[in-house]
Amino acid sequence: MQRTPPTLPLSDDHSVALRKDQSAERWLMLSLAGPALLLVLVCMLLPVGWLFYLSFFTEDGAASLVNYRNLIEQPSYARIFRTTFEVSLLTTAICALVGYPLAYFLSQLPTRIANLCMIAVLLPFWTSLLVRTYAWLILLQRTGLINTWGIDLGLWSEPLPLVHNMTGTLIGMVHIMLPFVVLPLYNSMRTIDRSLIQAAANLGASPVQGFWRVFFPLSLPGLMAGSLVAFILCLGVYVTPAVLGGGKVIMVSSRIALDIDTFLNWGSASALGVVLLLLTFLLLLLASRLTKGLSLLGSGH
Amino acid sequence: MTRKRSTLAFAITAFAGAIALGNATSAGAQELTVVSFGGAYQDGQSKALFQPAAKALGIKLKEETYTGISAVAVKVKAGAVTWDIVTSGSGSAARAGAEGFLEKLDYKVIDKSSFFPGTAQDYCVGGDVFSTVMAWNTKTYGANGPKSWADFWDVKKFPGKRSYRKDVAGALEPALMADGVPPEKVYEVLSAPGGIERAIKKIKELKPHIAVWWSSGAQHAQLMKDGEVDMITGWNGRFDVVAKDGAKVAYTFNQGLLDYDCYAIPKGAPHKDLAMKFLNEIVKPQYQAEFTKFITYGPTNKKAYEIGAIDAAYAKTLPSHPDNVAKQLSINLDWYIKNETKAAAAYQNMLTE
Repeated sequence: MQRTPPTLPLSDDHSVALRKDQSAERWLMLSLAGPALLLVLVCMLLPVGWLFYLSFFTEDGAASLVNYRNLIEQPSYARIFRTTFEVSLLTTAICALVGYPLAYFLSQLPTRIANLCMIAVLLPFWTSLLVRTYAWLILLQRTGLINTWGIDLGLWSEPLPLVHNMTGTLIGMVHIMLPFVVLPLYNSMRTIDRSLIQAAANLGASPVQGFWRVFFPLSLPGLMAGSLVAFILCLGVYVTPAVLGGGKVIMVSSRIALDIDTFLNWGSASALGVVLLLLTFLLLLLASRLTKGLSLLGSGH
Repeated sequence: MTRKRSTLAFAITAFAGAIALGNATSAGAQELTVVSFGGAYQDGQSKALFQPAAKALGIKLKEETYTGISAVAVKVKAGAVTWDIVTSGSGSAARAGAEGFLEKLDYKVIDKSSFFPGTAQDYCVGGDVFSTVMAWNTKTYGANGPKSWADFWDVKKFPGKRSYRKDVAGALEPALMADGVPPEKVYEVLSAPGGIERAIKKIKELKPHIAVWWSSGAQHAQLMKDGEVDMITGWNGRFDVVAKDGAKVAYTFNQGLLDYDCYAIPKGAPHKDLAMKFLNEIVKPQYQAEFTKFITYGPTNKKAYEIGAIDAAYAKTLPSHPDNVAKQLSINLDWYIKNETKAAAAYQNMLTE
């Protein structure tokens, strides 16, 4: 009763060869990603690591935790972080509220007309951020176009405080961030299969039901992707609150600029950067937990 | 593999060679690099000071612009100093000097004998005197603007929107004067325990009426030009510039804060000795008198008033004219070196409250 296990050596050879192939393929794939990985390493990990390192030194170059202790002890820092997240959240929420109907409208148009309308959304993208921000200043200030016209037309009698405060900052920020929300949203709406909505109607759903129960859930990944990009960009914005906030909307970036430009204190500025980064990570982690089951980056339905 | 390596090696050698070549050319000629803030200010400096001085000394000159002394700190830390002379505010220069980013000036080479007291410090020699003044919208108040900081704070007598500085420099002194501290006692009170808090408490009083916290000279000039606020603090020369453009703005030197811009040499500057000689040239009275023609900032060298190069009526509009100096308080740099970080933290707390 001798039975040699059939073709075992052969299969061994095969599997070894297969594994070799597999690993070769993996390395090939990795090498394809190499340039991108290198870029991330050079442009992202090294500077962040350097920041992290710097944040543990005082102005005199002595190692200490004083930069982080200041963040806790001085009440202005907590308030600055609160303002930063408040402005970012509000901007993102307004962008989503304004951007969703716009993207929906565009997605229902014939492609050619939609593309034309898209120019209106993209136009701000092609204009310098500074120019747009100062344009808002000219429109919104006490002697600006809106207040002058409003008073001339008798709509209101005293100039409205539209700028040099939170209102002005939000107007400017929403204008800048809107394309970041609309573009992915429009894209995801375009790819939604129309026959699904027809099927819903066939099965007796009213148009409103069809929208909320079929279309809206399918467009959520696009909404999430757009909102996330806008939110993260908002966190680092410097120019818009500096110009339209009138010194009353102080965000982390402007405090970093103060520390470096006026006080040459890189350690303190770095600590701010590190904490902002960590808080952002935490918040995103929380967001992904809360929206579990709903893919954050818009892959699949 | 070897070929790749040799290509790489070649690239590196070529790159290094290019750098060496660049250094060699810049070290070869006697060329000074002078840096300032750009705009109308640097135009004036260039025409009244830099170019004539370079001609007089027979050297070549390169002008660049920058945003402030923090750029010098970066260059010094990186060991890549390419600038010989930088223009700076007196306070930031004093701070950068104390932190070792500037060369100590050699006053055996630079003649400061006829300077206004305090305008030639260890690391920075004064170039022009400006003043932080109270300015007002003449459409709102006519010629009868505020006469003192107490008036600036008096929103009953002078109803209207205010604008105040977003940074602490020059922001606490007016508050104390408004609170009744005589100008000559201001720094004494500020140095005593509770002094900073007293000034900040006074600013909090005015806070509901402050529509904009300004952060740059261009901004405070623009605010007055647009009529965005009715009363503001700011640097006198900027208001004159927009007034010439038709802005409805006037200011007074009463209780103003005298401060000055100055010239410094970054630590490890490529042509340190030549830079000292150049500085001695541009602070001479005739140069300083010429500079006043471009902006209403006064000379730091008293003699500039005496050589007859400045029109007598015009001289009276300059911050460092003896008549105007008598009405004002000089910024105390020592106080800032010791206390600015602490004061700035308290100011930020007040701003974000």
